[in-house]
Amino acid sequence: MNLEPALNSTISAERLEFAAVGSWTIAHSEALERLVDAGALQVANTRSMAIDMAGVQELDTLGAWLLERLIRRGRERGQDADFTRLPEHYRSLLDEVRAVNRQPRILRARRNRFISALDNLGRTTVGFKRDILAFVEMFGDLSVTLARILVHPLRFRFISAVHHLNRVGWQAMPIVLLITFLIGCIIAQQGFFHFRKFGADAYVVDMVGILVLRELGVLIVAIMVAGRSGSAYTAELGSMKMREEIDALRTMGFDPVEVLIVPRVLALVVALPILTFFGSLAALYGGGLVAWLYGGMSPEIYIARLREAISVTHFQVGMIKAPFMALVIGVVACSEGLRVKGSAESLGLRTTTSVVKSIFLVIVLDGVFAIFFASIGM
Amino acid sequence: MDSSSEPMAIRVRDLVVGFGDQVVLDHLSLDVRRGEIMGLVGASGGGKSVLLRTIIGLLPKRAGSIEVLGIGLDRTSPHNAPTIGRRWGVLFQQGALFSSLTARQNVQFPMRENLHLSDKLLDELATAKLEMVGLTDEDGDKFPAELSGGMTKRVGLARALALDPEIVFLDEPTSGLDPIAAGAFDTLIKTLQRTLGLTVFMVTHDLQSLHMVCDRTAALADGKIVAVGPIGALLASDHPWVKSYFQGERGRALTHPLN
Repeated sequence: MNLEPALNSTISAERLEFAAVGSWTIAHSEALERLVDAGALQVANTRSMAIDMAGVQELDTLGAWLLERLIRRGRERGQDADFTRLPEHYRSLLDEVRAVNRQPRILRARRNRFISALDNLGRTTVGFKRDILAFVEMFGDLSVTLARILVHPLRFRFISAVHHLNRVGWQAMPIVLLITFLIGCIIAQQGFFHFRKFGADAYVVDMVGILVLRELGVLIVAIMVAGRSGSAYTAELGSMKMREEIDALRTMGFDPVEVLIVPRVLALVVALPILTFFGSLAALYGGGLVAWLYGGMSPEIYIARLREAISVTHFQVGMIKAPFMALVIGVVACSEGLRVKGSAESLGLRTTTSVVKSIFLVIVLDGVFAIFFASIGM
Repeated sequence: MDSSSEPMAIRVRDLVVGFGDQVVLDHLSLDVRRGEIMGLVGASGGGKSVLLRTIIGLLPKRAGSIEVLGIGLDRTSPHNAPTIGRRWGVLFQQGALFSSLTARQNVQFPMRENLHLSDKLLDELATAKLEMVGLTDEDGDKFPAELSGGMTKRVGLARALALDPEIVFLDEPTSGLDPIAAGAFDTLIKTLQRTLGLTVFMVTHDLQSLHMVCDRTAALADGKIVAVGPIGALLASDHPWVKSYFQGERGRALTHPLN
């Protein structure tokens, strides 16, 4: 049943006769396209044409369309064109194909490259404004809902908040501890390696202590949380949006911000300071270990130096920043999640945007806090 | 059964499928002949979709054998999976369109991956398929998120038919369509089956579809096929579940529309 297709042509008295034979099916699609393209070139010179179908063994929509296209080509040139000796069982398929592709396709004109670059720039600028608005809107929504919950504390979803606290806090602990520990080790190692050249070994402890407690501890943890938990929030809320779960909540009279977003953001605000605290401890521990094994400084001296070098102020500076960073990560993640549209692509795009934007904002916030603490002398 | 003499599109023997402790399909056997439209009915959650998904290889089976177009799927390595994928088309319940591609690109996707045709022909074929399932050329430029439920199904069918397959699997093709659209869909499936010699295996709850298009219907209950045959034979069946399915209020309304 699987025969190589062919399109034989004979010309007699200004009449072009094609005879289609073999399997006109998708299995021979490339050969068929070539045959029909070659056949179409012959159409030009005759007054009438016909396609003899008696030899066709198999026919499917691809074959039928190609034959129909050949017929149309003849008719476009004002010729009589039709099928002859058409087996009855192919008739309905050819009738089906005769009805399609009647409208000429409207092709959109391609635009000037310069104009489309300008167009892009304009859209991005407007999009930037929309980004800020979305952030501010989510922030406002969250504040109003929190105020409402303060008035009616029973509306707070305690179990949901604890569940999210477990996910973003407790379950994040091992990886946060590991990474901050390694960061502490690396800083101490680099410190010993370079400070030793001018005999300033003892000051490595000052550097590790201040750097970790004031800046690095909270910054590393916030960036990790943005990548780990912020992205999860965006993807969750985004897929809920795609499956109309959020619309379902709304029609049942629930406020998605109250049900979904407040517990998530609050869980982050609680978890991030805790993670920062333990992360900083792990980094200091890592620094101490390197000081002992690589720098030859005994643990007792390390702890004594640390006690002299750092004060509770350094610790406070780091910890005060943590809940604010958590708030920024949570608000960005949730607002991006709710902006997901129908497609899988938009979910990916929003998740990426969420992580990039929250890491960026965390660093900006850190800079703002640095200026603030410097001016109040902390 | 003289299954050896007649060419079978699908042969399922002693199929067992389960999840954990739960056995969904229990030594199920079923034959679908070439060129017929086979309807599958069963209770919601009774394993209809599980059977379909097992046949097309999306779910693992515990025991039994499945042959599609004479190819045993146990021996199907990932290497010849594409070959069989070209010979069947699947319409999923929710359409399962690729959301980042337009309707036209969705239909073109299997053709573009498997065939080497000119862009012009690909465009024409995609439009032809879309128009055959009752959509317009402009619909082709829409993204799945912009399509209604019925249109999604139609695009899904157009994509399932893109490579002119020998078997089409339809998972509840008419659910969620209005009666007119469902009727048109039935007619379309019947026309395609007749013109292309298609074998159709459809899971459905639509009694009207069973009457209008299915050559044979199989009833799935308690993890087994309890009755197979033309709809008339099923109406006469003694099996309690089949009886209640077809003799219930809704079933009767269709078989005796004037009473």
